[in-house]
Amino acid sequence: MNAILQGRGWKFGDNVDTDVIIPGQYLKFSGAELVAHVMEGVDPTFGRKVQAGDIIVAGKNFGCGSSRETAPGVLKDAGIAAVIAPFFARIFYRNAINLGLPVLECADAGRIDQEDVLEVRLMEGAIVNLTKSEQYTFRPFPQNVMDILQAGGLVKYLESRFANEGDAAR
Amino acid sequence: MGKTLVQKIAERASGVKDVQPGMIVTVNVDIAMMHDSTGPRRIGKTMEKLGRKVWNPDKVVLITDHFTPANDSVEAEILRITREFAKAQGIKRFHEAEGICHIVPVEMGYVRPGMMYVGADSHSTTAGAVGAFAIAVGSTDMLGIMVTGQTWIKVPETIRVTWKGNLPKGAMAKDMMLALISKMGGDGATYQAVEYTGTAVERLSMDERLVLSNMSIELGAKAGVIAPNQIVFDYLAERGVTEFDAVYADGDANYIREVVMDASALRPLVAKPHAPENVDTAKNLEDEGVRIHQAYIGACTGAKFTDLEAAAQVLRGRHVAPGVRLLVAPASVRVFRQAVEAGIVTTLLEAGAQFLPTGCGACAGLGHGILAAGEVCISSTNRNFPGRMGNRQSSVYLGSPATVAASAVAGYVADPATVAGTDAIGTEVAAVARGVAE
Repeated sequence: MNAILQGRGWKFGDNVDTDVIIPGQYLKFSGAELVAHVMEGVDPTFGRKVQAGDIIVAGKNFGCGSSRETAPGVLKDAGIAAVIAPFFARIFYRNAINLGLPVLECADAGRIDQEDVLEVRLMEGAIVNLTKSEQYTFRPFPQNVMDILQAGGLVKYLESRFANEGDAAR
Repeated sequence: MGKTLVQKIAERASGVKDVQPGMIVTVNVDIAMMHDSTGPRRIGKTMEKLGRKVWNPDKVVLITDHFTPANDSVEAEILRITREFAKAQGIKRFHEAEGICHIVPVEMGYVRPGMMYVGADSHSTTAGAVGAFAIAVGSTDMLGIMVTGQTWIKVPETIRVTWKGNLPKGAMAKDMMLALISKMGGDGATYQAVEYTGTAVERLSMDERLVLSNMSIELGAKAGVIAPNQIVFDYLAERGVTEFDAVYADGDANYIREVVMDASALRPLVAKPHAPENVDTAKNLEDEGVRIHQAYIGACTGAKFTDLEAAAQVLRGRHVAPGVRLLVAPASVRVFRQAVEAGIVTTLLEAGAQFLPTGCGACAGLGHGILAAGEVCISSTNRNFPGRMGNRQSSVYLGSPATVAASAVAGYVADPATVAGTDAIGTEVAAVARGVAE
């Protein structure tokens, strides 16, 4: 994963729940069939508008509700590079990291407007609003979480861990 | 400074000597539960790729409940994958279409006091009702647990919620949770554990305790625990379970917040669309005259034996209003059998109820009982987010099984006391809600 991300911000409100991000009736699908319905619960046209590298800027408690990993998964598949919110629902937060989607807790998320262009500096814990020439901060990830994100998610992280264990055994 | 219940379990499961809230520790998992939607279909292939098998098949519980019975070939395929995974991995605790994944592990006595329990479904907090530290994770997290038997957790702060007094006639554990969520908000306990205590909690039956732990996730909580007492021990003993290491908070444990609630003041409550925190009294809504199309008694929150019993007490000798469909999906086959033996199924059928297979069904927007645009449902389930039960333009009200049953009879959201008479319903439902004797 790139330590510096740049993209357009898409604004959403408080308590965006997993049923809004991807409704239950689509859970049996995957890939493009699923992406077509991303954020359908709040903006049915979002799946057509979103572009690779875009950043979601939400209100508090983003991702509340179900443990379905499909929620961060479909955001990632839709090209979302990161999600910024004052704070996230716990399971969503964990799921996002496990899938390699950076979730940034930033108290100033509300200062960002629709379509502001943002630059996220993951290692520094900084978000630069290029449109407004402002800078906000977030607490950088602890090393164990950064390791998972940088590997591209937990599966890739485990792959390399097991490969190393194998080397050690040999 | 003393330690809370979850702190002590985290300490035991991690082997770390002095576990404090905020610390990230790696824990050994005692029981890991996954189901047909979050389980093998999402992690099986990756496990093969990693060249690893389940770390300990005896500690894994696998349930099919989201896609049972299959409604189409995609769902049938998911069930086939789940079945084959259980066989290939030697998982004996595999339960196909026997009940909901949060009810079966409790019914079977798999989850015990003091355990570190992890489930791949948000309502896995339910298992906290037996005094376990039960948390929910997603599929990839579960994959890591399946191949290592471990996961990392941030040790949470604990909020103590004390329910003083006694539940009055007609009110149930569901009303306790709706009151609490209304007071604290849907993010009132985010990242934190909630420990329920007080006279009203201590007297709750096992079925009712499960509701408190189940809906803790609707506060954003990581876990919702109840210190086990004789009611839990008796329940486990009935299942032949006598060996476990019950854990209790120290008297001087450090709670980040104390919330005191009065159970004796509770009246039947209803969460209005589209959030569980959007609560009003059933009586106020009755006065507004909110017409309903469907009444649903189902889910891990609201279709256990005592839930069906409470509904039957309201429905006995009455009939569902014209134009309203009352759908009942028992939480497990065992619950269904108990309800048949107790004559409850007959009572519900005579009142006009239609039975659906056990499983998650309409609660999760799957299976039968999906709503159309503009339709209104009152439900004993735990969530009413937009589109939760199907169409995005539908509306879901949440209430206790007694309130759902009363509304089915009235044809609009109603207080059970209005429909069944204060005395009749009061006495009977109170006996249910209180669980064991005073």
